[in-house]
Amino acid sequence: MIAATDVTKRFGDFVALDHVSVDIASGSLTALLGPSGSGKSTLLRVIAGLEAPDAGAVVLEGVDVTAVPAQQRDIGFVFQHYAAFKHMTVRENVAFGLKVRKRPKAEIRAKVDELLGVVGLAGYQERYPSQLSGGQRQRMALARALAIEPKVLLLDEPFGALDAKVRAELRAWLRRLHEEVHVTTVLVTHDQEEAMELADSIVVLNDGRIEQVGAPRELYDVPANDFVMGFLGPVARVGDGLVRPHDLVLRADPDSGTIEAQVERVIHLGFEVRVVLELAGGDRVDAQLTRHEAEELELHPGDIVFVRTPGSGPRARPTISLA
Amino acid sequence: MTDRGAGAGHVTGGGGSPQAARPDRVRERAGRVSLRLVALAYLGAVLLVPVGVVLYKTFEPGPGAVWDSITTPAATHAFWLTVEVAAIAVPLNAIFGIITALVLVRSRIRGKRILEALIDLPFAVSPVVVGLALVLLYGRNGWFGPALSDAGIQIIFSLPGIVLATIFVCLPFVVREVAPVLREVGDEQEQAAATLGAGRWQTFWRITLPSIRWGVIYGVVLSTARAVGEYGAVSVVSGKISGETDTLTLLVEKRFNNFDLAGAYAASALLALIALVTLLVMSLLNRRGRTA
Repeated sequence: MIAATDVTKRFGDFVALDHVSVDIASGSLTALLGPSGSGKSTLLRVIAGLEAPDAGAVVLEGVDVTAVPAQQRDIGFVFQHYAAFKHMTVRENVAFGLKVRKRPKAEIRAKVDELLGVVGLAGYQERYPSQLSGGQRQRMALARALAIEPKVLLLDEPFGALDAKVRAELRAWLRRLHEEVHVTTVLVTHDQEEAMELADSIVVLNDGRIEQVGAPRELYDVPANDFVMGFLGPVARVGDGLVRPHDLVLRADPDSGTIEAQVERVIHLGFEVRVVLELAGGDRVDAQLTRHEAEELELHPGDIVFVRTPGSGPRARPTISLA
Repeated sequence: MTDRGAGAGHVTGGGGSPQAARPDRVRERAGRVSLRLVALAYLGAVLLVPVGVVLYKTFEPGPGAVWDSITTPAATHAFWLTVEVAAIAVPLNAIFGIITALVLVRSRIRGKRILEALIDLPFAVSPVVVGLALVLLYGRNGWFGPALSDAGIQIIFSLPGIVLATIFVCLPFVVREVAPVLREVGDEQEQAAATLGAGRWQTFWRITLPSIRWGVIYGVVLSTARAVGEYGAVSVVSGKISGETDTLTLLVEKRFNNFDLAGAYAASALLALIALVTLLVMSLLNRRGRTA
């Protein structure tokens, strides 16, 4: 287990972490999710020992490592921009941690070949990082981190520098890898979809504080506050409350508790149809319908419809999670 | 000439018509060629011609005369003194320069700006002033002069003085070459090495030094060139005693003043040789670092 207790970290006047406490279960894949400047990367770097906290403690698998330097923590760390050793071949990169630990040469060779097979880079041993694509470099960095058989694997926006397609591939691949290797993994991301897709558990951070901790579905369905709700998916503000666009129900006729609205635009996104509405009060919200629902209503710009929010009537639709 | 004329016409014409595509390409090519010509002509005029003339003049009297002129006792002594001074000053400055660059780029100490300005001081101060300052410090009537001479140590008019003056004038080269490379490389690779279990020393040898080696090499080559070629500061502190404190540059000047032009050219060629050997050794070292 990774336990951070009451961790505070300041950079000058900026408070990056404000009395943060969190427990991360062994063998889990946990995402630290938040906007930039929320403290998620700082928390990861404090766990790694790359930043020293101003106050608080970090415990890895029962050992207080607060005063232990990074090189003795037995962690694997993967950086957003790969941090590949540019003057070394792929083999030398992956072997680095083992060489530093003075393992026998034959053992290092075998281990490196095995790991490069796992990350799909067999045959690339003698290449230099400059001869690899971004996705390949990041997989090399993962192999390098895993080579030392770390107690925990820490990933700092590992897919942030990659294009969308490679990112999606690597996500799926990382999830499978985690199922095979089962090392406690902490992933920093600002992408809620990435967190929901990959993680067993999500820690939502904002302004150096933890807003909520829970399973992806739990956070989506029962957000602790407006910030978490807004960060985990699109929201529409109706009156004083926030709702998910897909929880809005449109009716052709008024009913008790419905709000009148005018259709401004109808956007067809394949299966999903987004309807931009101007509510009677002047607020503008997006409603998300299925293609079937939209066709039944025969919506056109300028039409008047009646909106029912989840809490506004007896037949309110149960919340359906997209996760 | 016709190419250039067409090009000039298009600069004012603006190339809006569809037919402009071909003449545009011609113009572009003419532009590139003339740029190269300018660069080559400049290099030729200020670099190749003077160096070529020195080499030509050196060997004009025949190789036998050159050999005689560079193997006189005064010349061989000057040669070895120059090598000795460079061999002490350059490694010291290289080590100090790498450490200083690391402090400047990696640490968060106060007074960095002042340190940076101090590093550049040798560029700003005339070498003659440097020599004079050393005399004021270590000369017979200088601050430390009496104490040093009581202890039997002579600095001015001997090797330590020449080395000190050389270190001073060469100080900025390695720092100035290494610091931007360090900044460019960033410290993520070093952090990665730390998380993989490498200590500071291991990280420096295996990660930092290999990634800044080009900066170090350029810095060392520049330092060496400056060290063997330094005249002003060294001429003040050396005393120019033939066969004792004459360096090669001082010997060149001495021979030149004594109307021994052939001798001066030969000594100059020797200086050029030292610079060439340095370049060669450093690039060989670099290649070995790459394959190891």
